[in-house]
Amino acid sequence: MPDFAADLYVFMLSAFLGLEVIRRVSPLLHTPLMSLTNAISAISVIAAIELAGAHQTTLSTILGTTAVAAASTNVIGGFMITDRMLKMFKKRKVARTNGQKQKA
Amino acid sequence: MISILASIQPHEQTVIVNVMMTSAYVIAAALFILSLKWLSSPQTARRGNLAGEFGMTIAIIGALMTGHIVTYDWIIVGFVIGAVLGVPMAVFMPMTAVPQRTALSHAFGALAAALVGTAHYFLFDLRNYPPTSLIMFFLCLEVLLGALTFTGSLMAFGKLQDLLPTRPMTYKNQNLYNFALLGAAVVCAAVLIVHPQFAWLFPILLLLALTFGVLLILPIGGADMPTVIALLNSYAGLSASMMGFVLGNKLLIIAGALDGASGLILSIIMCKAMNRSFANVLFGAFGQVQASAAVAEKKNVRSTGPEEAAEILGAAQLVVVIPGYGMAVAQAQHKVRELYDQLTRRGVEVKFAIHPVAGRMPGHMNVLLAEAEIPYDKLVEMDEINGDFPQTDVALVVGANDVVNPAARHDKSSPIYGMPILNADKAKTVIAIKRTMNPGFAGIDNELYTLDQTLMLFGDAKQVISAVTKALAENGR
Repeated sequence: MPDFAADLYVFMLSAFLGLEVIRRVSPLLHTPLMSLTNAISAISVIAAIELAGAHQTTLSTILGTTAVAAASTNVIGGFMITDRMLKMFKKRKVARTNGQKQKA
Repeated sequence: MISILASIQPHEQTVIVNVMMTSAYVIAAALFILSLKWLSSPQTARRGNLAGEFGMTIAIIGALMTGHIVTYDWIIVGFVIGAVLGVPMAVFMPMTAVPQRTALSHAFGALAAALVGTAHYFLFDLRNYPPTSLIMFFLCLEVLLGALTFTGSLMAFGKLQDLLPTRPMTYKNQNLYNFALLGAAVVCAAVLIVHPQFAWLFPILLLLALTFGVLLILPIGGADMPTVIALLNSYAGLSASMMGFVLGNKLLIIAGALDGASGLILSIIMCKAMNRSFANVLFGAFGQVQASAAVAEKKNVRSTGPEEAAEILGAAQLVVVIPGYGMAVAQAQHKVRELYDQLTRRGVEVKFAIHPVAGRMPGHMNVLLAEAEIPYDKLVEMDEINGDFPQTDVALVVGANDVVNPAARHDKSSPIYGMPILNADKAKTVIAIKRTMNPGFAGIDNELYTLDQTLMLFGDAKQVISAVTKALAENGR
């Protein structure tokens, strides 16, 4: 039986923490921010795993498996594309052709 | 090790499993928070992403270890499908398609939440042990938000991918029907909260929410997509958070709340950058072809060619490039980089002015320019760069339109009046690259193009910029 009062406090605190932390994210990185938070909220995969693995009814297994597929798409793809984006943000251009002058 | 485990009593084993799972979830939550904290600056951002990956891995291992799992077959099937869909979407997707991909991933996240909620509802023993009203409250909210975000995000995806018309689709009394539909869904939810055993209502609730998601996004135009995507991001997060309430899982609550907060902040920033309210974005059907009164007078427009533009740019000291959605459509970011290289080599200082709503999602322009390997310290936010325009020799507008329209400052009748803009008109010379003189997305004439210091450079952004770069290279040596 969930403890709703404690859960509400957790929700309230993490919402405020989220607002404070995310307010500091540079607008430069707003696109990766969105794909990262999207990947993080795919944490619902853990609930889907329990449904798909518990095998209680046919319906819950079908829904759970579909949910695992949908959420893991975000888990796997989300972190990968976020890293791909973040890799591109460079301060100084690294010498591209000859290997000299790589230091930023 | 095995002998130690064997000597432990069964109930102690479950205690150990629970402690391990809880620790895994707590560590994961901490890593998610660190992940967002490190994202605040480009230097630490990749570490942030790594922290997120670790957190997710630990949480998934924690979930897989719980005693309730009787078979791993279906979990593996789900993960394989997820990998097949997710990896290509991450690896091969061109950066110009990032808004579509983001919309699609909101749809997936929301779908997962809605399905999990539905499964939990039908797992309840409704006759003998119906769930409490409090659980039903969070479950209905989870399913409602999940379902409407699922179809809404798919609609947004369709519009961004040009599968659906990007112009708002409107009909008479649209908002009235939408509110009635949402109202009906809320009534269904309310009845289910009081009488959880009315199982026949549940599919109706789902259907209403799914339909509402479609109708909510229909009247929203392409230029409002940054706000809408951010808002859908927030809903998807809240839906995951509600799932946490239903299951009593604090990790879900925390991760969902972080996502919800992020989406909320971004949509507020986007709304402010357009000087509009949420209600106006969602229900205003902005960007319809307006029967504008002031179309009649055709003012003089001066146009120029790539050679002249190259000369002007080459002679400048400070050039500010203003990219917009047009740059993304023309895939011109790499050509812009070549122009940037050419000018920088000649000692011209080049900066990029980034309007918060330029493009189709928050930060869209930054990602494209970073992809083209333009150093990120050259990408300047609106408030910082606006003071530089009076000292700017050339403002080069590449596919931006409404964000540089001076009418936003003084023309009270303009639909974009009050929207903060980039003061390109303060620059000594303005060169605007545009396909034709057709008005931009909002269907508003842009005064900038008829100013005395403005030169229009007609053509496809990619071709025009490479012609300018070529001309610059030729007369430079």
